Amino acid sequence: FQIFFVILLLFIYYFLINSGGGEKARRLHTSRGKLLPRERIDRLLDPGVECIIVANDATVKGGTYYPITVKKHLRAQEIAQQNHLPCIYLVDSGGANLPRQAEVFPDRDHFGRIFYNQARLSSEGISQVKAATGEEVSAEDLGGADLHCKKSGVTDHYALDDNHALHLARKTVRSLNYRKNIEVTIESPESPLYPADELYGIVGDNLKRNFDVREVIARIVDGSKFDEFKAFYGDTLVTGFSRIFGYPVGIIGNNGVLFSESAKKGTHFIELCCQRNIPLVFLQNITGFMVGREYEAGGIAKDGAKMVTAVACASVPKITVIIGGSYGAGNYGMCGRAYSPRFLYMWPNSRISVMGGEQAATVLATITKDQRAREGKEFTAEQEAAMKEPIVRRFEEEGSPYYSSARLWDDGIIDPAETRMVLGLSLSAALNAPTTKTRFGVFRM
Amino acid sequence: MAAVILSFPTLQGLRIFTQRIEKVLIANRGEIACRVMRSAKKMGVRSVAVYSDADTHSMHVAMADEAYHIGPAPSQQSYLSMDKVLEVAKKSGSHAVHPGYGFLSENTEFAEACKQEGIIFIGPPSSAIRDMGIKSTSKHIMSAAGVPIIGGYHGEDQSNEKLQAEAVRIGYPVMIKAVRGGGGKGMRIARSDSDFLEQLESARREARKSFNDDVMLIEKFVEDPRHVEVQVFGDMHGNAVYLFERDCSVQRRHQKIIEEAPAPGISPEVRRKLGEAAVRAAKAVNYVGAGTVEFIMDAQHNFYFMEMNTRLQVEHPVSEMITGTDLVEWQLRVAAGERLPLLQEDIMLRGHSFEARIYAEDPNNDFLPGAGPLLHLSTPSPDQHTRIETGVREGDEVSAHYDPMIAKLVVWGEDRSAALKKLRYCLRQYNIVGLNTNIDFLLNLSGHPEFEAGNVSTSFIPQHYADLFPTPKAPSGATICQAALGLILQERNHTLGFTQSSTDPFSPFGSSSGWRNNILFNRNVTLQVGDEVNHVTGEVEMEGGASFLHCTVNGVKSRPKLVILDNTVHLFSTEGSSQVSVPVPKYRAGVGGSGAQGGAVAPMTGTIEKVLVKAGDKVTVGDPLMVMIAMKMEHTIRAPKSGVIKKVLFSEGSQANRHAPLVELVEEEEQAEGSSQ
Repeated sequence: FQIFFVILLLFIYYFLINSGGGEKARRLHTSRGKLLPRERIDRLLDPGVECIIVANDATVKGGTYYPITVKKHLRAQEIAQQNHLPCIYLVDSGGANLPRQAEVFPDRDHFGRIFYNQARLSSEGISQVKAATGEEVSAEDLGGADLHCKKSGVTDHYALDDNHALHLARKTVRSLNYRKNIEVTIESPESPLYPADELYGIVGDNLKRNFDVREVIARIVDGSKFDEFKAFYGDTLVTGFSRIFGYPVGIIGNNGVLFSESAKKGTHFIELCCQRNIPLVFLQNITGFMVGREYEAGGIAKDGAKMVTAVACASVPKITVIIGGSYGAGNYGMCGRAYSPRFLYMWPNSRISVMGGEQAATVLATITKDQRAREGKEFTAEQEAAMKEPIVRRFEEEGSPYYSSARLWDDGIIDPAETRMVLGLSLSAALNAPTTKTRFGVFRM
Repeated sequence: MAAVILSFPTLQGLRIFTQRIEKVLIANRGEIACRVMRSAKKMGVRSVAVYSDADTHSMHVAMADEAYHIGPAPSQQSYLSMDKVLEVAKKSGSHAVHPGYGFLSENTEFAEACKQEGIIFIGPPSSAIRDMGIKSTSKHIMSAAGVPIIGGYHGEDQSNEKLQAEAVRIGYPVMIKAVRGGGGKGMRIARSDSDFLEQLESARREARKSFNDDVMLIEKFVEDPRHVEVQVFGDMHGNAVYLFERDCSVQRRHQKIIEEAPAPGISPEVRRKLGEAAVRAAKAVNYVGAGTVEFIMDAQHNFYFMEMNTRLQVEHPVSEMITGTDLVEWQLRVAAGERLPLLQEDIMLRGHSFEARIYAEDPNNDFLPGAGPLLHLSTPSPDQHTRIETGVREGDEVSAHYDPMIAKLVVWGEDRSAALKKLRYCLRQYNIVGLNTNIDFLLNLSGHPEFEAGNVSTSFIPQHYADLFPTPKAPSGATICQAALGLILQERNHTLGFTQSSTDPFSPFGSSSGWRNNILFNRNVTLQVGDEVNHVTGEVEMEGGASFLHCTVNGVKSRPKLVILDNTVHLFSTEGSSQVSVPVPKYRAGVGGSGAQGGAVAPMTGTIEKVLVKAGDKVTVGDPLMVMIAMKMEHTIRAPKSGVIKKVLFSEGSQANRHAPLVELVEEEEQAEGSSQ
């Protein structure tokens, strides 16, 4: 039942996040007749054109840009660029956070990049809509709506209040003359045959206890239908075709460590999907590639490299969900953040680090022990335990999905039971971008 | 080119000649043009329509076998232009012209001109039109023929002094009427010596405008009279019959609004007397074709000849319904020289019929005529006993240039109460959105106990004013729930429609589930109607092009018709109609009106006929400021408050748009304050 505490924690975090800058700040904000950022978004949305929305929350530090704010803004623009989504900015911000100017101003991926991206996106035909909701950065006489609408011509429309601004933004999106061109076949969606909340019981919170990824797939895909590819070969990697909300997907999931066969099967499958223009979904639960002399001799390194090459080069939409462990080179082979999946999500039970905490502590302890031995010093069991304990604790903390999400290593922690919906939305968003032909690099043979 | 007229003896060897009518030009528009065409079609007669610029896409044009453009929208230059109509008649090879009612229907010169061109004018001989058109002459003739008439002054001396003296002689109240008038135009009541001159002047002005003749007659004004008229029909063989009477007492602005046949509460004896008097009247002028002899009837059922209308009346269908006849068919046959299809003893009165005239007008604003688009129009389904006589369809415009009548709803029942029940049932199904109509008023009227009892008179509306114009009630909680449900379902339909038509119909973005990552997003529509909690469920279903809201509010099922236009939800149920408006956000309401507030504004688009004040004039509340002509009616614009005219914004002859301020008026108190500061 521990998994329920894990899920509960997720909801508690989201509840806290949703309350923005706290009750007092929210009251001040709403007392000025302004809407909260999520209220603005709620009033902006309809089922029409898919857009990226960036909304400042003025109740948190006056909506100023901290280093992580800049990173998040740039990530949103990256999503817009990769998926060809129009951007709507609901601006309510004090600009760069001055005490942290050194971390937000000078570098390439700092504040200036936002405007660079706007210009680039615009040049790629990706529409940019900006609504200054609430008060503008500067005082009314310096840069208010009157000045910019009537005199300077900086702004295009005059809004009386938040609702009006949102109405104008909606009108602007309506006149984008945007049509989504779906370049894949779509079918009428069916619900999975198994209820999604069974995922809690299947996954559990003990990463060491293995589960069959097919159980997960059956609770995500249309009609629980999964056409498995090479089921009996390289069976620690599960590959096959399904549909999610009617969209075709090629699913790659882990059922244990990656062997040479699994890596070669994965490579083959990725090549197929790229040829057929089928988006890829990675369900990541991986401790890494198999190690040991025998496997090295068998060429696990070059076979692993094949899969990494295939993942890196595949230009079909890739979406990754970390459903369990994400360790070491397994993270690479299974399309971790560095492999630019269009979207990457984590389950609240998952872990991400270069290796397990226990394993890392043992490696470090062994090094110390060897060093001590060379110096002729003793390294007692108590000393070893005392050394390992903080390392394990530190890995535990830094491998947490919340630690990851807070640093924008992923695009959000999701409730496992909502995975189907999240994947459906992500696929829908990803299919806005025109397809590009994949050109694979050289596969190491 | 003269029309081809073939004359041949009938097979029976009768000594009369019939003329063939195979093609008829209808010199009219709207419902009557459509009505005539329907009968013409039935008889295999080809129909020719004429139309003005405003009617290019009108129903009567679409219904006709041929249609000819005859000029710009104002009727003087189109439907009233004899030359143009005759030219089309000749060009199209029409054998006959049916004038409908209004326009050229009672124009002697036109009837004469048709005759000269060898085209049959479907109506009485021009001599009869002339004799009956001049009221003083008609009364002399009727008096001579033994038809009872009412006292009055029909003299040549038109001086104010003479007319006023005659009014005193007859005794107030008196009716001042244009001798050539009709349809309530050029007609005023003077209740006392003091307002006689103002009313006289006003009647003259309107008459000049409408008939180019301001000769007036004065007659006794019978208090609370009934307006009873007899449908008569004559042929060229000297036959004349009556098709019983109609009661058209209930009127507003001296124009009929609801008519019935036969007149309620009238004994067969009086009915026969009325009919025979009417036939005598018709025979006195050798009447041919359809005509109506109007009487006014007092409480004792004494009746006096008022006038004879030498045309097919608007309300002719009620007579058709109770006699099982088609009077347009009769007109065409009689005009062709045939004998009347039925003689008096063959004409049987059966059942009861009502006609309600559905007008674009605002009953709550003194029945001010309106114009505009019929954004939504649905009608009861016509059948043998339900007729919908109309010249417009959904999407058409009720033009400001012509009569604002939208339709006539005609029903028949075994007796008066059955017919009335039917009328009310059908009125509720007559649903119009886009402009103000009198439908709700007609429902109030036809549901009034006194109306149900048949106690009608021309003063019915003022007498029962409070009942007929109930204070508007706020819609009930259940109605608001229905409206809210309608809006939500409409939004969902739009969403569905949008997603279905998109290239990506199954995208979860289109599901409108309001899904948010890890947040329960509920769009709560909290509807507080007092302290009630309402449980509402429902679906919108389409039936015959209209949306019906099948809904349950607190366990009560209903299925009102749902029309949502702009920010207003219109619900039409068998219990009546209601409207619920969604507040418009202030940014969409537009910039508030500027300009002269506190002045008098034009009630509708029209021409300023007369300016009665100038800058600097002091006026008190109710003083006439201007006279406007709009929708063929004269409107006096009165001062909304006392004060001083600061500026007159329109001059005589200029056009003012609806709600345009006409004068700037400064309140005296305001001015006093202004100067003391």
